[in-house]
Amino acid sequence: MPRLNDQIRYWMLVLPALAIMVIFYILPVLGIWEISFTEPATGFGNYVKMTESNAVKTSFILTFRVAAITTVGCLLLGYIVAYAISNFVSRLTPLMMALVLLPFWVSVLIRSFSWIILLGRSGLVNDTLRDIGLVTSPLRLMHNELGVLIAMIHVMLPFAVLPMLANMRGISRSYTDAARGLGASEWTAFRSVYFPQTLPGVFSGALLVFVLSLGFFVTPALLGGGRVLMISEYITYQIQEFLAWGLGSALSVALLVATALVLLIAARFVNLKSALLERN
Amino acid sequence: MSNPILSIRNSVKRYGPVHALDHVDLDVAEGEFLTLLGPSGSGKTTLLTAIAGFTDLSEGSVSLRGRDITNEPPEHRDFGMVFQGYALFPTMTVRQNVGFPLKIRKRPASEIRARVDECLELVQMGAYADRMPSQLSGGQQQRIALARALSFKPQVLLLDEPLSALDKKLRADLQWELKALHDQLGVTFIYVTHDQDEALSMSDRIVILKDGKIQQSGIPDTLYNKPRTRFVADFLGKSNFLSVKVKSREGDHLECVAGEAAFPVDATGHSGTVGNSAEIALRPERIRLTEPGKEFLTGTVKQVSYLGERCQVLLTHSVLGQILVSCPTWKSGINPNPGLQLGFGWDADACVILEAE
Repeated sequence: MPRLNDQIRYWMLVLPALAIMVIFYILPVLGIWEISFTEPATGFGNYVKMTESNAVKTSFILTFRVAAITTVGCLLLGYIVAYAISNFVSRLTPLMMALVLLPFWVSVLIRSFSWIILLGRSGLVNDTLRDIGLVTSPLRLMHNELGVLIAMIHVMLPFAVLPMLANMRGISRSYTDAARGLGASEWTAFRSVYFPQTLPGVFSGALLVFVLSLGFFVTPALLGGGRVLMISEYITYQIQEFLAWGLGSALSVALLVATALVLLIAARFVNLKSALLERN
Repeated sequence: MSNPILSIRNSVKRYGPVHALDHVDLDVAEGEFLTLLGPSGSGKTTLLTAIAGFTDLSEGSVSLRGRDITNEPPEHRDFGMVFQGYALFPTMTVRQNVGFPLKIRKRPASEIRARVDECLELVQMGAYADRMPSQLSGGQQQRIALARALSFKPQVLLLDEPLSALDKKLRADLQWELKALHDQLGVTFIYVTHDQDEALSMSDRIVILKDGKIQQSGIPDTLYNKPRTRFVADFLGKSNFLSVKVKSREGDHLECVAGEAAFPVDATGHSGTVGNSAEIALRPERIRLTEPGKEFLTGTVKQVSYLGERCQVLLTHSVLGQILVSCPTWKSGINPNPGLQLGFGWDADACVILEAE
């Protein structure tokens, strides 16, 4: 047991942050829960409406699909990048690290607009493809799911790379060497010795990307151009366009619960504490 | 050496301008316990990893029973290897670790099971088959690493400082066990260490390296008692070094002088021309301490260090400078205290003439 004095000091250190969390986050969230049961009439009306709406169902399915594909894409690309950075000695390593971290210093809004410039009908990609004669009419690279996915994978990539990188940096080269010394080919050594050790990093990367993608707003809204309605944009529509505060709140609650469920299911397979906090 | 199991010829490894290996030739006899000994940076680990196939030689060749394996990847060489940090695979149980080389070789499951049990018994770890490596102590992990390296009956076992992470007592115990295991199995061991005690206690033959070159190789007794260079005499045990002039020679017997001090030196196998200067090495435990006047030299005790079984006495002599003497505490008979005058001397064959490096 810490001494009383220690406990008081502990609470004094934690209290300001805790107060901000409660006043500006937890209370408003509770307010949303309340609105979802009281607007426009008290009861489960909003939830009934939600489950009966095909548009909501489509949006939820779309959201989970985009989040899942983004996660898989980020893991595949991110694994290769993290593997290269942590396993090869090169003068380019600091540059690669910078390229991974750079997106963190640039607003997600700017990054998403950049993708619009790149992927538009007369964007850089289409112009180049036309100039070298690969296509005659521009490809539809945005205002559809493809555009959203390209930009989402780009935005989320660091969240996949960083936990995997932290994990891989902790894996000594001697394991792979030992496997090869004992007769394993390079591929077998990777598959049966290296890869299993990277799974904690892969899981925490996957979890981070998936959970963040579920509630992502800016990128899908800009790149989707109103045609790819992920759930957070759908909620905005309900509230801003239709002033349907009740339904919007109910959808928010549903998103929150869905996210919590994902974490809960993940917790059955991974040690969440070590996956998200320690990042071994 | 007739029919060595392993031959390294003219091996060179350059890292930029640095030679980690500088034209090293080495033959390893079948069934031998060979130790590569040297300080860090001597090239001993580079030589081992070149044998294992992890280091590509800049020049030279490695051959196994006459077959050139210089360009073969490690997995085709069929050597067992025990790494410094053991490198037990943390996601596998002890059983899976030890069975890994057999699984790679696609042996039937029943055979793997039996062989793993056999190997675990060999290192007295039979009860630990289902543990994870993280649940084992350092010494236990070391045994598992050994069992894993032996499970597929390799032709040669390579050991890279396998005991360096263990505490002193455990290290000493495992030295006996490793030696016993070697004698029991008859497998060729190539052992890298910077610890002279390990090298002396286990090896059939020791190769001492410095700056990527072999300084001297031989059985432990020869290396200890007949070091060729100052480096070997200094690295393997402790030595006093005396700069002397050869005064006269009679057969293999030299009379050497340093200032007014004169003493006999055995020069078997050395030129030792009269009138030349020479450097000789003298082991501290070969020096006798007596009452003043009973030996051919006299010195003053400067410092005494009691080590339990032995006692180390640092003498100062007017011409020779500081001389370290090591005597067994149970029979010294004299009680050296700082400031005391003592006589000291040695037999002619205690001195070794060193080659200039």
